[in-house]
Amino acid sequence: MNFKTMSLISAVALALPTLGMADADDDTLVINEEIEMTTKAAAPAHLDGALGDKVMSGWHFRSDETQAMEMDDFDNPGMLGVEDGEVIWNTVEGSEGKSCASCHGESSEMAGVKATYPKWNDGAEEVRTLQMQVNDCRVNQMGAEAYGYDKGGALPLEALLSSVSRGMPVNVAIDGPAQSTWEQGKDIYYTRFGQLNLSCANCHEDNYGNMIRADHLSQGQVNGFPTYRLKNTKLNGSHSRFKGCIRDTRAATFNPGSPEFVALELYVTSRGNGLSVEGPSVRN
Amino acid sequence: MADGVKPRVKAPKKAAAGDVVTLKTLISHKMESGQRKGSDGNLIPRSIINRFTCEFNGKSVIDVTLEAAISTNPYFEFEATVPEAGDFKFTWYDDDGSVYDETKSVAIG
Repeated sequence: MNFKTMSLISAVALALPTLGMADADDDTLVINEEIEMTTKAAAPAHLDGALGDKVMSGWHFRSDETQAMEMDDFDNPGMLGVEDGEVIWNTVEGSEGKSCASCHGESSEMAGVKATYPKWNDGAEEVRTLQMQVNDCRVNQMGAEAYGYDKGGALPLEALLSSVSRGMPVNVAIDGPAQSTWEQGKDIYYTRFGQLNLSCANCHEDNYGNMIRADHLSQGQVNGFPTYRLKNTKLNGSHSRFKGCIRDTRAATFNPGSPEFVALELYVTSRGNGLSVEGPSVRN
Repeated sequence: MADGVKPRVKAPKKAAAGDVVTLKTLISHKMESGQRKGSDGNLIPRSIINRFTCEFNGKSVIDVTLEAAISTNPYFEFEATVPEAGDFKFTWYDDDGSVYDETKSVAIG
């Protein structure tokens, strides 16, 4: 093979995968040949057309190989976290001699719970994420120590609770008592942060489907969290992801578990109302 | 024995005689390379799965030597012909001398 053919072949090889690669595709996500997922849904009314007429899961923006990893639980490394979560679910901890299972029964009975969080809690008069609710249980029901946000057993447990809700539509309430928190989240979403002066919307609303350096910009939906990322080979929480994004704008970030991120999680989750709960998903 | 080691195998329960089946295996293992330093500045000793084998009714299907550069939770996917009903036996050998195995039976039909 002479040099000319070689460079021609490499030119074709280089050009093909990049052409239009960042755009969302039309593949269908079925997990274990069993759970049919809604990965494109009619955009919620409150978006007012900001994302066009439909919202899309980040799954559509990944390469076929990465997509395939999520289609079979055996290939999905996030399911290792789910297994860890199942062990925690059944482990007795704390002064009360209880495990999660002592009150809640089988983890599969929690199907549907993840789809409604973050959610207003009447007693505490605050919007709570699933991790905050888990910690409330641990401290007040089990007499155990709270997990740090996105740390320790928190993500495996969240992954477990998410996995039993897969296929169910995300449906968080944004009206009633949760509304002010939701408005705060929306403010943060559209606020420009950092030396690069970027808001969430500048990338995930104005530029989804385009490349950001070597990566694809998705709509920034969080229906797939906790997410197993190939880049750091572990489960990632949505708050840690928010932190990573804000850090990349060269701003001082909020911390995982902070009121700002709770509000942002509620708002971003509501942008994906109608998409299937997908966690633990697999992303780059 | 290292912590949290658990072998997993996905294999079909039955196949037609002479069929080629896909086998997927994964063992959760930290695969410590021996190159990293701990917080005390000392090398963390190597601890990896160094060999993986698969046999069908005692006949070798695959025999793999693993080296230190292989990432955590080593995953193997390969194909095998099933000439008759029998058992696939999967074996992982740990640096610390532990041996983990898993057996999957395949019926003809």
